[in-house]
Amino acid sequence: MADTNKKVRFIITRKDSPESESYKEEFEIEYRPNMNVISALMEIRRNPVNAQGKTTTPVIWDMNCLEEVCGACSMVINGKARQSCTALVDQLEQPIRLEPMKTFPVVRDLMIDRSRMFDSLKRVKAWIPIDGTYDLGPGPRMAENKRQWAYELSKCMTCGVCLEACPNVNDNNDFIGPAPLSQVRLFNAHPTGEMNKAERLEALMGDGGLADCGNAQNCVQSCPKGIPLTTSIAALNRDTALQSFKNFFGSDKL
Amino acid sequence: MAENREFMNRRLHSLLGVIPIGVFLTQHLIINHFATQGEAAFNSAAGFMGNLPFVIFLEFILIYIPILFHAIYGLFIVFQTKNNTKRYGYFRNQMFLLQRITGVILVVFIAWHVWETRVQAALGAEVNYDMMVDILSSPFMLIFYIIGVISATFHFANGLWSFFVSWGLTVSPRSQHIMTYVSIVVFVVLSIIGMRALFAFVS
Repeated sequence: MADTNKKVRFIITRKDSPESESYKEEFEIEYRPNMNVISALMEIRRNPVNAQGKTTTPVIWDMNCLEEVCGACSMVINGKARQSCTALVDQLEQPIRLEPMKTFPVVRDLMIDRSRMFDSLKRVKAWIPIDGTYDLGPGPRMAENKRQWAYELSKCMTCGVCLEACPNVNDNNDFIGPAPLSQVRLFNAHPTGEMNKAERLEALMGDGGLADCGNAQNCVQSCPKGIPLTTSIAALNRDTALQSFKNFFGSDKL
Repeated sequence: MAENREFMNRRLHSLLGVIPIGVFLTQHLIINHFATQGEAAFNSAAGFMGNLPFVIFLEFILIYIPILFHAIYGLFIVFQTKNNTKRYGYFRNQMFLLQRITGVILVVFIAWHVWETRVQAALGAEVNYDMMVDILSSPFMLIFYIIGVISATFHFANGLWSFFVSWGLTVSPRSQHIMTYVSIVVFVVLSIIGMRALFAFVS
């Protein structure tokens, strides 16, 4: 295993500024056991010399927790979007191709701007309103088995991998993507959040909402947290169908 | 309703694909299947359909308007997509791509098919067994019709699967998985009916 002369080759898609053209640069670094993509990128940052032996600018990327819970270090590794912190070099085919998730605006090199996801969470009201002008007292209790079920949905770290994998999230389509949809299901399942269920469903029924899903189901295959995204989408399809019937035929829109 | 236009359009698009278009496709292929019992059987079945009371209203309300909406809105959906089956070669993603490819084929095929049969009938030609024998005597047209019919049965069967998801009928992964098998059966059965009818005009 520990072959001291072993090298690891990287082909990295780089971009100097948000406006400039992207280009590819190759790097070759010394192999170390248990290396992951981030530790390799740190090695390049420490010694920014490309495979041709030329000194270059260090590669920029985003990272934070280094244990796949923050979602910041997502990038396209060998064609598929995932977190670079848990992408182990031993398990990757070489040369390892690193690209930014181009579904999002690329800031520089592998660093992207995921603001649109946070805007989407605001749009679908992915929170539970608890503020009042006086103490509202404790809310309704949540059954323990339901809490455990909801916990799975709450694992979403807005990493953007599902949006990158989705064929319907692109420049021609204003689809908000799977992650914020599933968050609606999470907050609608909460006993207090449920009180604002209709508001969130209405938001999903707006342009670029739930209806733009084309059921390619790449999201559920790609989610690093194993969130049942397509089950959430189908469940919301049912909820919004019922909501639209209520809106049209009923008087009780809530 | 106006503020949720896209939502309503997508739902309507999904619904129309099954009712009435899917129902019409099934009925159309079954009527065609009479050709396997000979010229007289086909002509009497086609004649019965063609002489239904209020046939022109039935055609517009149940066939032309729904198909036109489904086709135009469907093309809009196709242009909203950037397919990534090379990177994500999962089964459902392949089906997603095939649904769009067959949809575009069908716009061309149905336009030609309607021109060749229904429009010609309106211009005075008689739609019967001989007309189909004549059309399918050209090997090029036979291949075009085979592709057209297979595209239609695939597009309907796979569309039925996504109809069940889009309306929230099949929510759990298990129900969606079983629905995949159901849609495969629908595809195979309708394709056999369609092909048998098609080749009845050839031999």
